[in-house]
Amino acid sequence: MGNNSIKKTLIVAFALCIVCSVIVSTAAVALRPQQQLNQELDRKTNILNVANLYSEGTDVEKVFNNKMQARVVDMRTGEYTDEFDPDTFNHFEAASDPATGRTLSGPEDIAGLSRVENYTTVYLVGDPDDPDQIVLPLRGQGLWGLMRGFLSVKGDGNTLQSITYYELSETPGLGAEVNNPRWQALWEGKKIYDEKGDLSPAIHLSKSASGDNEVDALSGATLTSNGVTNMLQFWLSPEGFGEYLARFRSGTSPDDAQDADGTLESEGA
Amino acid sequence: MADVTPKSVLTTPIFQNNPIALQILGICSALAVTTSMSVSLVMTVAVIFVTSLSSFFVSLIRNHIPSSIRIIVQMTIIASLVIVVDQILKAYAYEISKQLSVFVGLIITNCIVMGRAEGFAMSNSPGLSFLDGVGNGLGYGFVLMVVGFVRELLGSGSVFGITILQTVQDGGWYVGNGLLLLPPSAFFVIGLLIWVMRSINPDQVEENEFQMKDNTQPKEAV
Repeated sequence: MGNNSIKKTLIVAFALCIVCSVIVSTAAVALRPQQQLNQELDRKTNILNVANLYSEGTDVEKVFNNKMQARVVDMRTGEYTDEFDPDTFNHFEAASDPATGRTLSGPEDIAGLSRVENYTTVYLVGDPDDPDQIVLPLRGQGLWGLMRGFLSVKGDGNTLQSITYYELSETPGLGAEVNNPRWQALWEGKKIYDEKGDLSPAIHLSKSASGDNEVDALSGATLTSNGVTNMLQFWLSPEGFGEYLARFRSGTSPDDAQDADGTLESEGA
Repeated sequence: MADVTPKSVLTTPIFQNNPIALQILGICSALAVTTSMSVSLVMTVAVIFVTSLSSFFVSLIRNHIPSSIRIIVQMTIIASLVIVVDQILKAYAYEISKQLSVFVGLIITNCIVMGRAEGFAMSNSPGLSFLDGVGNGLGYGFVLMVVGFVRELLGSGSVFGITILQTVQDGGWYVGNGLLLLPPSAFFVIGLLIWVMRSINPDQVEENEFQMKDNTQPKEAV
């Protein structure tokens, strides 16, 4: 029987397909648990990183479990919800599900998302009722594509800690410098909102940053910087975490506390 | 391929018959993955693994492959190996696999792998084919490491992630060359490398396909 007979051709093709598919599926199935572990670890490392709790050699699992509390937030009301389990809730899937997401259009879609979820997972550091830090997921269009990251806000719901991106396709050396620790350090102590006290965020990147609401833009990466500004403006507005952060701003913020003292004193006098 | 000995198939592809520098194969991935040396190294290992094993398996069944579907058979074997490599990287070298992203999958389309399967493994014994695959993978890796070294050192001021030239962004003095971080810069580096290799081995210089005509004398317009 020649190699080129139809029968031989079919036998070889069929046998090869069976052998190869067994090899490929064995590899995929056997390695899946390890891969999921890696993805999970990567996500947790990023969350710890933005909260300044990560350094080389940190036991990510242990620190994460000790310090972090995951909660699902309804962004329309700013309240926590028990409808979803924070460990399994996936806010990317929630965005495309009509029951848990909504479509953005035109001027309200400044971050270029087209669909956004109504619920999302936030991570709280310390006491969940009076957290030291709140880690919020962010995403939006940069220059070359979608950027996904985390923003860490201090317990007053206004002061920033840091920002980090775990998925981006910006230009190396220019836009990709968003993950440069020196640039990330500039965010500490900046304020999201100005003194007016409304829900519209004032924080943005600027070429000549001054004051509490401005962070130095990335030099040579104007469009990436614009993307970062846009996604901050979107996610910190009432469309995103505005309502949620407002809960922390009223009541426990140092400014309010001072005001309260002042009232007491004036009453006493 | 006059002399086919285990030693020659292993070593000639590194300098004398380099797949990138002489055969000009596998350029696309060499442009993409050479921004840093550690990524180049992992890519090299992945390509060596795929070329050697695919050559080995193709050679093993070479007497049974119907010539009408031989390319498909080779592709299936290569693709299966690439998926296995991709899965292993995702499981055990997650950081690197994120940086390599799609380029591990694109080893399938790397002309070196196909070229060795079709050009060598189809007519040689499994053992020799395996060594030929390793040799060509090493040749590919040699170019990758040189290009990666130049690009990482001048682009980000480091070698294997260890800072050599402190960049301005990190508070040093060195202004990184942004061009070298972008894929097209590898064209220049590979071009220069080919120039150097052909100056050392002048017999690698190709014959001119066409004779360039002398400049014609400018005539006055009539």
